Amino acid sequence: MSGPSDFQPSNPALKWIERRLPIFGLIHSSFVAYPTPRNLNYWWTFGAILSMMLGLQILTGVILAMHYTPHADLAFKSVELIVRDVNYGWLLRNMHAAGASMFFFAVYIHMFRGLYYGSYKEPREVLWILGVIIYLLMMATGFMGYVLPWGQMSFWGATVITNLFSAVPYFGESIVTLLWGGYSVGNPTLNRFFSLHYLLPFVIAGVVVLHIWALHVAGQNNPAGVEAKTEKDTVPFTPYATIKDAFGVSCFLIFFAWFIFYMPNYLGDADNYIPANPGVTPAHIVPEWYYLPFYAILRSIPNKLAGVVAMFSAIIILCFLPWLDSARTRSSKYRPLAKQFFWIFVVVCIGLGYLGSQPPEGIYVIAGRILTVCYFAYFLIVLPLLARIETPRPVPNSIADDVLAKSKGRAATAASVVLALVLAGGLFAGSIQNAKAEEGGDTPPALSWSFSGPFGKYDRGSLQRGLKVYKEVCSACHSLNYVAFRNLADPGGPGYSEAQAAAFASEYKIKDGPNDQGEMFERPGRTADYFPAPFPNEQAAAAANGGKAPPDLSLMAKARSYKRGFPQFVFDFFTQYQEQGPDYVDAILQGFEDKPPAGVTVPEGTYYNKFFPGHAIKMPKPLSDGQVTFDDGAPATVKQYAHDVTTFLMWAAEPHMEARKRIGMQVFVFLIIFAFLMYFTKRKVWADAH
Amino acid sequence: MTTASSADHPTRRDFLFVATGAAAAVGAAATVWPLVAQMNPDAATIAAGAPIQVDLTPIAEGQDIKVFWRGKPIYISHRTKKQIEEAQKVPLSSLPDPQPDSARVKSGHDQWLVVIGICTHLGCIPIAHEGNYDGFFCPCHGSQYDSSGRIRQGPAPANLAVPPYAFLSDTKIQIG
Repeated sequence: MSGPSDFQPSNPALKWIERRLPIFGLIHSSFVAYPTPRNLNYWWTFGAILSMMLGLQILTGVILAMHYTPHADLAFKSVELIVRDVNYGWLLRNMHAAGASMFFFAVYIHMFRGLYYGSYKEPREVLWILGVIIYLLMMATGFMGYVLPWGQMSFWGATVITNLFSAVPYFGESIVTLLWGGYSVGNPTLNRFFSLHYLLPFVIAGVVVLHIWALHVAGQNNPAGVEAKTEKDTVPFTPYATIKDAFGVSCFLIFFAWFIFYMPNYLGDADNYIPANPGVTPAHIVPEWYYLPFYAILRSIPNKLAGVVAMFSAIIILCFLPWLDSARTRSSKYRPLAKQFFWIFVVVCIGLGYLGSQPPEGIYVIAGRILTVCYFAYFLIVLPLLARIETPRPVPNSIADDVLAKSKGRAATAASVVLALVLAGGLFAGSIQNAKAEEGGDTPPALSWSFSGPFGKYDRGSLQRGLKVYKEVCSACHSLNYVAFRNLADPGGPGYSEAQAAAFASEYKIKDGPNDQGEMFERPGRTADYFPAPFPNEQAAAAANGGKAPPDLSLMAKARSYKRGFPQFVFDFFTQYQEQGPDYVDAILQGFEDKPPAGVTVPEGTYYNKFFPGHAIKMPKPLSDGQVTFDDGAPATVKQYAHDVTTFLMWAAEPHMEARKRIGMQVFVFLIIFAFLMYFTKRKVWADAH
Repeated sequence: MTTASSADHPTRRDFLFVATGAAAAVGAAATVWPLVAQMNPDAATIAAGAPIQVDLTPIAEGQDIKVFWRGKPIYISHRTKKQIEEAQKVPLSSLPDPQPDSARVKSGHDQWLVVIGICTHLGCIPIAHEGNYDGFFCPCHGSQYDSSGRIRQGPAPANLAVPPYAFLSDTKIQIG
């Protein structure tokens, strides 16, 4: 991308094209012959990782848009249909949802790398500012994407974030109405967010092209922070940087696959498996983990307008970084003080992220204020001051000298990078788990489930018994809207045959029509039908159940959670613990007590439950010993019923779990072998360069 | 990376490069599979394409009805004696897509013609009881089908397709 190329293809056809459109020369000069500093470390592979993530997000996003319906009444359902019915839909959705987090994770590393090595300094100011613009666009895209599933967190996230603009003096309300296309967040909002969510990634891709262009004009920075002077300082981009980037990418994919196949809900919020309800706000509104530091800054300031201004300033200030830090030495490697403050700043950011996930009360607010001051002080006081008082250590004369000085201790780099990735990911990402409410419910005990862990499978007997409990007890009040009779014969399900599923379906009366006379009629169920709801509509369900409609159970096992707490959520990342939902459901079913403990009263029409938040539940004790008899001789106890129906509900919520874990294992074996091959290939290629 | 000498004597380096390249190719192919497979009909669509049953009693002689199966219109014609005779006595040699009428109806149920009402030319819906052959006429490009749904005239290359179906009783069929 810098000047005309001397590249001459030998093939006559290519020559013909090259004379008319020098595209091969452009590719050759930008990605083959382009000189790249020979001392780049693995933190520099995140540029390639980010390019891959952008491509992957666009690819999976375009595919998901083929199946998604951007309508307030249908969006939630269409996402469930993607996950349940579309071929590999669960995989594509997990890739896209976890991909957003991975994209942000990689961009944060990329940004911190730029910060540490002074990559924003002259002559790379425009390159850096373009990066900040990409980051802002990513935030907007990520936010609007999170709204699309139209769950509780989507809806209320959209409400809170759009309301930020109401802080604008005089025009605030008008701006918010304009953003919504209505008097509140609704269908027009969803429609425009979908449109923009589809558009913005391509805008990002455009700015990425400018970003790379600027990079190739100024040349890459490097860990030594000295410019390349002679040929000895650089190696051609291909094969050296390409192969190193490819190895970095393959390691990153292992980390990514951990989420896709084993922890798909670790980064999400259980509340988003509850369809959007404009009448009820979740107890704790928490944004996705990658916004948490800025969310903490917003909440630290007790004034609406000032809070919003502070939050946006926290990002905009990055644009001024090249002028705030006027130190001559680029790399913090040679700046003893700046290096220490950099790490303090990293801790401040992670600390803000943690506080952003906590309820805004007591010590958390005070800590948030202190860290907010630290955040801004780093840019406005520390960096300008250091530039004046710090005595940097001498930098190497050239990149070649830098390489010679440390050709030892290289092998450990790759391993330490991977380890750092996994650790940081677990820490940072897990903080979202902490957001769960702590409203005076006892913590449900962690139970052992047949479906937990990387080799977990549903216990067929338990699924069949659970189905019986649902049919004979729960279905009197609770619907199971997203489960069809045909699913009972699906692989990885209760293990019934097609004929058994058809026989099961035919016992139900399904409302159909209108017929030729224009009348609705009832017919026996077919396998394509869904479990019929016990009540015709939500109002009827509420009227028959003391004013509160019993929730649909299709996603119950994923829509409930409880606080695991620090450091438990970090361990959960490694042990793949994902069973808060089942633990909670099982605990609720067994948590009824006839008499509340002394000193506790529950309101009229509610029942005491040890594990229900607030303890007063509208549902009367649903299960009692001997209520359902099992053909297979399993004990007719509440404990057994609760276990089986919870297993059944987990399957109802995650019907492709077995396929997910099976394919996940294959992908892991492949990726690990591939990463090893890439590593040795990279070493062979680089053997010539050292 | 491959030099002239290493081409003659494969080295460990060449093996490593080939193995890595092959693994990358396998990984890419395995990644493309789900990205393409997602375009096929989803499980709900397949389930909704299950067989349907149609009661024939309300269809009088000379009448026909249109039902939908898998999103396709199915014509069920109760043929008159005249239509049946016409269909049976046409010499096969004069047909572009030769097929006897007996191969297009179920034996013993000559009066019932069940065909997918989609023109074999480019997918328009032919109109029943129109055209010169007492059968179907496609308004898009002028294809004409006879009372057995066979192509007689126009650009369509083949007869109207007969869907899979069976008589459950004399007055009830199951399509699919």
